[in-house]
Amino acid sequence: MVSSLQIRVGLGLPEPHRSSSVDLIKQVPPPPRALSSAKHPLLRESMPRHVAVIMDGNRRWARMRGLPVGSGYEAGLGALRRMVELSSNLGIRVLTVFAFSSDNWFRPKVEVDVLMALFDRGLREELQNLALLANAIETTKKNSKLHLIIAVNYSGRSDVVQACQKLAVKVKDGVIEPGAIDEVAFERELGTNCTDFPHPDLLIRTSGELRVSNFLLWQLAHTELYFTESLWPDFGEDEFLQALSSFQERQRRFGC
Amino acid sequence: MERNTNSSNIIVRLFGSWVSYMRKCLFQVLSVGPVPSHLAFILDGNRRYARKWGLGEGMGHRAGFLSLMTLMKYCYELGVKYITVYAFSIDNFKRKPDEVQGVMDLMLEKIEGLVKEESIVNQYGVRVEFVGNLKLLSEPVRNAAEKAMRITAHNNRAILLIAVAYTSTDEIAHAAHQSCLDRKEGVIRLSDVERHMYMGVAPDPEILVRTSGETRLSNFLLWQTSSSLLSSPKALWPEMGLRHLVWLVLNFQRVQPYLDTTKKKLL
Repeated sequence: MVSSLQIRVGLGLPEPHRSSSVDLIKQVPPPPRALSSAKHPLLRESMPRHVAVIMDGNRRWARMRGLPVGSGYEAGLGALRRMVELSSNLGIRVLTVFAFSSDNWFRPKVEVDVLMALFDRGLREELQNLALLANAIETTKKNSKLHLIIAVNYSGRSDVVQACQKLAVKVKDGVIEPGAIDEVAFERELGTNCTDFPHPDLLIRTSGELRVSNFLLWQLAHTELYFTESLWPDFGEDEFLQALSSFQERQRRFGC
Repeated sequence: MERNTNSSNIIVRLFGSWVSYMRKCLFQVLSVGPVPSHLAFILDGNRRYARKWGLGEGMGHRAGFLSLMTLMKYCYELGVKYITVYAFSIDNFKRKPDEVQGVMDLMLEKIEGLVKEESIVNQYGVRVEFVGNLKLLSEPVRNAAEKAMRITAHNNRAILLIAVAYTSTDEIAHAAHQSCLDRKEGVIRLSDVERHMYMGVAPDPEILVRTSGETRLSNFLLWQTSSSLLSSPKALWPEMGLRHLVWLVLNFQRVQPYLDTTKKKLL
């Protein structure tokens, strides 16, 4: 099963989209903090439009502090909130986070239950907060709008297989000729077709693992990868600015 | 004078044999731990290497080819069974026509050289496979590639997969197309997709190496490397050597327990 939950955060007219999402308006925060620090000078025009994050290391963070696993995930949720706010301030358009994968179902049942309960609670709280603010809409010159995609039970390979499946059904029903199946036709069937910028410009993975672990696949063709030893709950503004700085220094050739 | 040349030749040969012997000892030590069965390489940095050393246009790729032959030898001595290299991407066709033609000419020359008697391919019993949308290649190059695959088809000790006119998205779209043709009833399974991949002839690589310090996949083996260890040494491709390979294998041995556990869980 492949699914994702999307939340739009920010101002302005909601963009048209195909799949269902919760459109909520958030009051614009006070003027954003300095875009850069002395250590990480950043250019707004070279900001990645779409950042993807594998939020790894919650359990290790808890273990290292002798805390139960649930605390790790709580801290992880806090880090996610910080990331959403930062991304919105920096003008990033899409943020995709990898919350839970099909593989993770193999973790101990107690842990899975804790994760699900936390996720449920965290989401409910956020939705409540955002709904309250929905009544106070304020326009500003800077139209900062962030599309947050939370990948739940997502696997890059499963997404590809389900896209093949959808195409096969279309061929069987005579909607499309087999010869017309090219990269463009294929991409339309992927789960990430819900956003204007489906391909992440930057993928960040925390906790030192040097692999993609089946999170996104097709979409990572030309994505810049950034790996950091920091555990996810510790991934804060400084680390994020460092990742963005690294991204802005790279020369992207898109295969040429 | 001649005696001096003969004796210096003997010394050079003896030294060479000693170096080779030491390397094999080193590989025996490394083999105590797990050794990856499939290594994939993105050969990045040839042009930068040429610029760095003031070499002529195209010389970087030639230096890269030498580096490939050496690294292949080391890998096969170590016991790596599959090597995949990203020789030419479909996106590379967008480069300057002169450069593209230069690379095609070099490929033709080297493919023909690969199947000669004294080449490394015959020495190590290597089967050569060209993976990609070969229809995009010019006829001479495509014919040479198909001939090389035919001639080496009986070799089994090791396999060299050369990705030319390849991108992962093209491979997946092609697999989708073929799967739809196969399964007229409209039910596609994972095995259908895998069967139709160009890379279906090899298991997934344990490690994907991209040289010259860039950390991106550039549309290479996106499907096959979803769980692979990613490595991005700063060395340019022609600078890759024994010490990089040793470091790579040691790092792999350090994280292998995680990979094994994950694979067992997914089975």
